Amino acid sequence: MQRKSLDVWVGLFIVIGVAALMFLALKAGNNSSFSLAKTYEITAKFDNIGSLRPQAAVKASGVVVGRVAEIAFDDKSYKAAVTLEMDSTYKFPKDSSAKILTSGLLGEQYIGIEAGGDEKNLSAGDKIARTQSAAVLEDLINQFIYSKAAEGKDSN
Amino acid sequence: MIGRRLLGGLGNTVRDYVESLGYATRTFFTMLGLSGGLLRRPRLIVEQLHFIGNYSLLIITLSGLFVGMVLGLQGYYTLNKYGASESLGLLVALGLTRELGPVITALLFAGRAGTSLTAEIGLMKAGEQLSAMEMMAVNPIQRVLAPRFWAGVVAVPLLASVFSAVGIFGGYLVGVKLIGVDAGAFWSQMQSGVDLWKDVFNGFVKSVVFGIAITFIALYQGYEARPTPEDVAGATTRSVVISSLMIWWLDFMLTALMFSR
Repeated sequence: MQRKSLDVWVGLFIVIGVAALMFLALKAGNNSSFSLAKTYEITAKFDNIGSLRPQAAVKASGVVVGRVAEIAFDDKSYKAAVTLEMDSTYKFPKDSSAKILTSGLLGEQYIGIEAGGDEKNLSAGDKIARTQSAAVLEDLINQFIYSKAAEGKDSN
Repeated sequence: MIGRRLLGGLGNTVRDYVESLGYATRTFFTMLGLSGGLLRRPRLIVEQLHFIGNYSLLIITLSGLFVGMVLGLQGYYTLNKYGASESLGLLVALGLTRELGPVITALLFAGRAGTSLTAEIGLMKAGEQLSAMEMMAVNPIQRVLAPRFWAGVVAVPLLASVFSAVGIFGGYLVGVKLIGVDAGAFWSQMQSGVDLWKDVFNGFVKSVVFGIAITFIALYQGYEARPTPEDVAGATTRSVVISSLMIWWLDFMLTALMFSR
């Protein structure tokens, strides 16, 4: 087939377009919902998850070790059942605890895992027994007001 | 009597619109059905890609750069009020990949390439070139419409990607180089907030849909124009008006489908 200078320009156009798409995919975006890394699922029940959302990070010592896969309400225990997808390169003791934390004052909520002391590790399908709910702003304000009121009584 | 005539006129108008919609749909599927032959003659698509893709690249790049720079300035002004100016990268990238990239590219493409397609085909029809093709047993839908259609469908998503990428660069220029937002925070906030599938891929799907809609509307308006100078001019106007309205409507529908969850 005869080649023309036209082909060069059209080829250049395609290369520029695909390069832009690659830039968007690799530099601007992240790949949170599509990951080839092996994971194992564990569950945790919380009294209150605040505004935790699926795809939120699971962190240990600030390092991302997993993602929140699913959030459901368990009408047997009246608690929120959260399924965590943990990166299988990281293992945690069976008596580890999970907390719902907030990054910054108004930032996104994530789950923080603190390692326990058990010799056995969490495996797929296990449940984290010790959990701490999200800090709800109204509760914090209530606690603050009560403690202030209690201080006032003491000084009288 | 007058009431009956008005009612009859209204019915006739509605019937005409529905009929032309049906005819457009039939033309669309005829064109898709005849597209298989293009695989044997890819040069037809390459020529059209050069005409509507390469020549649109300059206006798309410049528009993307300026839209990104304006987003950077306006976004910084608002975000800074809440002490969240580090999120500028996220705002610029999300705005561009989800909405502005596909939509503004589509509008520019309707103006830059859609009009020229309509005018070209309208003039071909006015000059009886399409009839001449039919006389030579060449189907004008296959020979004229189909290569232009596929070139448009390929070109619009690529142009939209270029628009978004250049726009993010424009936002970076204004935000980081001009205003002084921290470069690390700019990129890391962007990367943690922009999802490959939810944002980048959905934006890409949008631009593919826009490409199909605009290119077909432009081709159909040219193909169905009456072969008079007035109506070729009218068809060019209709091409832009219908494409633009279609883009907004499709954008609303797609956004509701993709991001409402």
